[in-house]
Amino acid sequence: MDQQLKIEMGEQGIVVTTLQELYNWGRRSSVWPMNFGLACCAIEMIATTMARYDLARFGAEVFRASPRQADLMIISGTVTKKMAPQVVRLYNQMGEPRYVIAMGACAISGGPFKQGYNVLKGIDRYIPVDVHIPGCPPRPEALLEAFMMLQKKIDSQPLTGNERPRFLDAGAPGEFPVPEQGEHDLEPPANNLVWPVAAVIR
Amino acid sequence: MVSNPYFALAVLFVAGLAFGLGPLALAWAWAKFFSPRKPNPLKNSIYECGLVSKGDAWVQFRSAYYLYAIIFLIFDVEAVFLLPFAVAFTGLGAAACAAMLVFVLLLVEGLAWAWAKGVLTWA
Repeated sequence: MDQQLKIEMGEQGIVVTTLQELYNWGRRSSVWPMNFGLACCAIEMIATTMARYDLARFGAEVFRASPRQADLMIISGTVTKKMAPQVVRLYNQMGEPRYVIAMGACAISGGPFKQGYNVLKGIDRYIPVDVHIPGCPPRPEALLEAFMMLQKKIDSQPLTGNERPRFLDAGAPGEFPVPEQGEHDLEPPANNLVWPVAAVIR
Repeated sequence: MVSNPYFALAVLFVAGLAFGLGPLALAWAWAKFFSPRKPNPLKNSIYECGLVSKGDAWVQFRSAYYLYAIIFLIFDVEAVFLLPFAVAFTGLGAAACAAMLVFVLLLVEGLAWAWAKGVLTWA
């Protein structure tokens, strides 16, 4: 429907919408994050939920302590190789539709610990990340910005066609394998479904 | 049937029941017919903070803990009844005092039994 016509009808007191808009509006207005903090970024995440920054304005104040009831996983901090399997398992246990925000330099790339032997160099090696926030740690405003970005992303998702989200696609994978501790590294070092193997140029 | 004075109450009861069960039924129907399903063994596994759960959830507790329950009950029930008894003590008749005495003696008997059994001895 034409946007201009919609505004005109709205002025006359007639609300016009589509099923897709209504569905996405409901989806983006009740994204419940998981009660799950990994490192110092978690402190900023907690601050975001409190009265000063007030994540409740976006319908996301309910932090659920169980992945069964959560929609959004905020990877707030350093993911060590010891913790990575647990993070991936928790992500797997969340119900669809589920979203991931990688918060801070550590979560998106390993950050200052990238050269270390025990830190995962970005959680997007194992699970699909919707929004990345740089920063060490990002301020609460940055998390709010990422949250609004996620809402925009949800809003723009069509419910049919090839661009439809994963949970509406019966053929899309729902399971993301949990890595195991190998001799020197996690096995496998990355999930090729979400992290394409880089070509080796010799 | 309509002339029955309780008819309005019955209507209210049915309406209240529908008010409670209706949303539940709608939620069930929505989950059954429209919700996208992607089950897999990982998702269906027991939730244990991300770790693989160890052992069985159906563990047995030692039956010996019934003693603690009984002793807790003795003191708990006693405290609950003794307080109003003490407050109303000056205005009570002989019969009420005797009834209370019997009640307290019953509980004291339980305590004496536990004492004699050696439950109160630490370790």
